[in-house]
Amino acid sequence: MIALLMRDLRLAVRAGGGFGLGLAFFLIVTVLVPLGVGPETALLSKIAPGILWIGALLACLLSLDRIFALDFEDGSIDLLATAPLPMEGIVTVKALAHWLTTGLPLVLAAPALGVLLSLPQGGYFWIVVSLLVGTPALSVIGTFGAALTVGLKRGGLLMSLLVLPLYVPTLVFGAEVARRGGEGLVVQTPLLMLAGISCGAVALLPFASAAVLRINLR
Amino acid sequence: MDLQVTDLAVARGGVPVLEGLNFSVADGRALVLRGPNGSGKTTLLRTIAGLQPALEGEVIGAGERIAYAAHADGLKTALTVTENLTFWAKVFGNSDISAALTGFDLLDLADRPAGSLSAGQKRRLGLARLMVTGRPVWVLDEPTVSLDAASVALFAEAVRAHLQAGGSALMATHIDLGLDEADTFDVTPCRAKPRVSALDEAFL
Repeated sequence: MIALLMRDLRLAVRAGGGFGLGLAFFLIVTVLVPLGVGPETALLSKIAPGILWIGALLACLLSLDRIFALDFEDGSIDLLATAPLPMEGIVTVKALAHWLTTGLPLVLAAPALGVLLSLPQGGYFWIVVSLLVGTPALSVIGTFGAALTVGLKRGGLLMSLLVLPLYVPTLVFGAEVARRGGEGLVVQTPLLMLAGISCGAVALLPFASAAVLRINLR
Repeated sequence: MDLQVTDLAVARGGVPVLEGLNFSVADGRALVLRGPNGSGKTTLLRTIAGLQPALEGEVIGAGERIAYAAHADGLKTALTVTENLTFWAKVFGNSDISAALTGFDLLDLADRPAGSLSAGQKRRLGLARLMVTGRPVWVLDEPTVSLDAASVALFAEAVRAHLQAGGSALMATHIDLGLDEADTFDVTPCRAKPRVSALDEAFL
């Protein structure tokens, strides 16, 4: 399993691996929004947590179809399925590799990009916390969507349609944590809900992903 | 333990392609499957490898004992030959890849990215993967595609060494490898007759 994780991380940073693609997309979204909205600091700082969350979510979505598609094309997924690793372990490692290469850089970049959106003073800490707690759910749910659509020609669009509705609860509570944190309100309830969603997704969805992947390999 | 197939029927896309298959491969022996294109050899091999369920019948002695090699080699083009092999060795809990590199004449290519290899070289790397799995039953689908005569000889030598070490091999190929230990099994008489499915098509 560690070998698979190391291979995926290594592939991500090699040429054509797509590492940084999500990050660049995130950067562009957060640069474009102030240009579109105009130089109203009050308005910007009000919508900043939401924009950061939507940007992170879309950046995450961008790299999802690579999770299994590349392994499916070159036949590694068949060979991995016959290897001694359990399928649930394979999908968990794939989700973890996706989070490490996409989710974690987004978490780290968010405060820097928050400056562009004039995020309120207290919001920097909470945007990091909310993304740190919420992005694992995005990766795991996305892995499920990628497993559902693996092997479909141009499955990327279908996957987005399947995955985006499943992202709604994470987005709602994640953005709420960041907004409340920025305004200095109590964040306990949405933060716990967000953590609950993440824990539930991480615990349950690998089984679902493994099941649909097995069916898709037939 | 022998690989044993009893009354096996396999389906591709819900349509039965082969039925009534009975054969066994003893340790130290190889079985070569023959049959025209589309006769279901790949489907049969995928079923034995456990990638899809059998329609009926059973396969004994497969599961965790099988090393499967398909049409696609499962190589990562951005990784070097050594990195590709090391990855598969680690997945199967081994660490020594030198025998596989020498066996398939890959030593000179060890540091080249797999993406820069020719089709035949990629195939050799794909087959070298079998040697690092340490699994006793090799299930091979058209292993000699895009190999030249010298590489086919290397491959035959690797199979012979594997059989002599007590392993067995089941392969679909049209090339005669010159193996004394190999029997031949023609799948043509086992082609499935069309049958009416009781299941709703939408669930197949």
